[in-house]
Amino acid sequence: MDQNNNIITFENITKVYHLGGVDIAVLRGVSCEIKKGENVAIMGPSGSGKTTMLNIIGCLDRATSGRYFLENRDISKLEDDALSEIRSKKIGFIFQSYNLIPQLNVLENIEMPLFYQQVDEKKTREKAIELARIVGLEDRIKHRPSELSGGQQQRVAIARALMNDPVLILADEPTGNLDSVSGREIMTLLCELNEKGTTLIIVTHDAGIAKYAKKTLTMLDGKILNEN
Amino acid sequence: MKISIVHLIRIIRHGWKNIWLHKLRSFLTVLGIVFGVASVIAMLAIGEGASYEARKMIESLGSNNIIIRSVKIPSDSKSSQASFLGVYGLTDRDLRKIETIPSVVRTIPAWEMEEDVWYHEKKITAKVIGTLPEYQEALNLSIKTGRFFNYNDLQKNLPSAVIGSTVRTSLFPTEDPVGKTIKIKSTYFTIIGIAGEKVFAGASESFVAEDMNIAVYVPVSTTRDFFGQYEVKRGTGGIMSWERNWVQYHRFVVQVSDTEKILVTSSLISDILSQTHKKQDYQIMVPLELLRQAEKTKKIFNIVLGSIAAISLIVGGIGIMNIMLAIVTERTREIGIRRAVGARKRDIINQFLTEAVILSASGGFIGIIVGILIPKAVTRFAGMTTLVTPLSIIISFTISVAVGIGFGLYPARKAAGLDPIQALRYE
Repeated sequence: MDQNNNIITFENITKVYHLGGVDIAVLRGVSCEIKKGENVAIMGPSGSGKTTMLNIIGCLDRATSGRYFLENRDISKLEDDALSEIRSKKIGFIFQSYNLIPQLNVLENIEMPLFYQQVDEKKTREKAIELARIVGLEDRIKHRPSELSGGQQQRVAIARALMNDPVLILADEPTGNLDSVSGREIMTLLCELNEKGTTLIIVTHDAGIAKYAKKTLTMLDGKILNEN
Repeated sequence: MKISIVHLIRIIRHGWKNIWLHKLRSFLTVLGIVFGVASVIAMLAIGEGASYEARKMIESLGSNNIIIRSVKIPSDSKSSQASFLGVYGLTDRDLRKIETIPSVVRTIPAWEMEEDVWYHEKKITAKVIGTLPEYQEALNLSIKTGRFFNYNDLQKNLPSAVIGSTVRTSLFPTEDPVGKTIKIKSTYFTIIGIAGEKVFAGASESFVAEDMNIAVYVPVSTTRDFFGQYEVKRGTGGIMSWERNWVQYHRFVVQVSDTEKILVTSSLISDILSQTHKKQDYQIMVPLELLRQAEKTKKIFNIVLGSIAAISLIVGGIGIMNIMLAIVTERTREIGIRRAVGARKRDIINQFLTEAVILSASGGFIGIIVGILIPKAVTRFAGMTTLVTPLSIIISFTISVAVGIGFGLYPARKAAGLDPIQALRYE
């Protein structure tokens, strides 16, 4: 494959789940390209396959067939450990339900990605404090997630996603559990990160959120309906 | 990526934090391991103590010796009315016969008497033992000061005496006893030496059946001269109820040439004695046999307690497995999160395996403390000698760690095998 400016290239990706002996095709041949530094929204109704697509992009899931290039490297055939390493080094996840670990405090939650890279503890701590400051939570670093509001928890999740200096931030309905004010703050934060060069892909069914993106992929029944 | 020591310490610290978060649950989980480890250590300590005692005892009686004791048969009503003077025990004839056995090196006879020993106004009731000079060597008696009596003393029937350490401390708390004169019955003896202290551990005293520290050793010829061969036991009902017995020797120490021949020799002695003694007024004691018996008891003890320990360790392990499975379910979402931020399956296994091992190792640690305390209590309240060996601590701690690995592996693998996407969705 030629070197180009694509961070993600999907070539005819399909995904079939086997559920109780029945095959359910969730993705039916998706091809698309996403360039470095783009701000992309994936939209579509429930069951259209947008979350599955995000999971495949994020190396949490593997395509049944087709080829997936991340930074021009074919990763569709990689082993589990190699996929873990890609997640560890290149990707930051943000979830609708924040997904913080309840028994860890804010700082420990933010630090987690570097724990698995065995980065020096002191450096990790410094970086986590810096990120807590960036997301505006420097006075909450010793709090547990349960002591924070939804918006604050999502900020912790963003700080965690930034911990490994990802090339790609994947957000699955990041504002789904938030009120509109907090949601706007979170979107502003994410867009700022995108402007600094990180590729951002957001899955949402909220057209208001999709407006923040420069490009929108609309999905229906496991296929990309249109791209604009 | 290899795990560095620093990283391992971090994993352990994180694991410890999670366990400490649920103190009570963790404590209850490890109880099985605590009991298992404690019983392993206590079992080995008691077993070791018993064989230590047996070794001590055989040391004090001589491993190549057979000891024969005269035993008074409780006289039946007929004979007690018929005769005033009882006769029992070992004789010169027995001695000569025993010495004909080829494997017998030497037979040392001893005559004994419980009697008050006086020094000025001080007195102690001691065991006066009339014997031969070889007695010292045969029973490994050490001499602290002075000397044991020799054949010169024996042939001249000299009133020379060697006293045990307890006799020394009660009659001569401050003076040097060597050269001083003590009185036994109406005879004066000159002290020529002091025997070194024999240390008996716990119950071995009852095995030995005599306290060598409270003895006075004198030449057998001298005792025969002064005291004859009668023993008189005071009864409760005045002079007519006194019991007089004629006893030539109370004890033989038979030295055997070879440890291998001890059992054969003892059965030969038994045959010889049973020919001439109509009643069994003697008892043959083989220290080596006692040791073997102690070892056998220890073995049975080890098997019984070993199975108890094994069962409680297995139960403890199952307890850990059970709680680890519950923890994995409880933290399914956490596993998904960790996988999403880059944890490999291996990292998840390490995390949960570490927690299981921390649980079992802490159980092992508490168990070691309890296991050291139990033998102490046994020694204190049952008077048994116990010996906690470092090896037993190492073994039981290793076992507890192994239990953690063994029973923690399945839950940890289960955690690592979870589908990250499913795990992230888990409510």
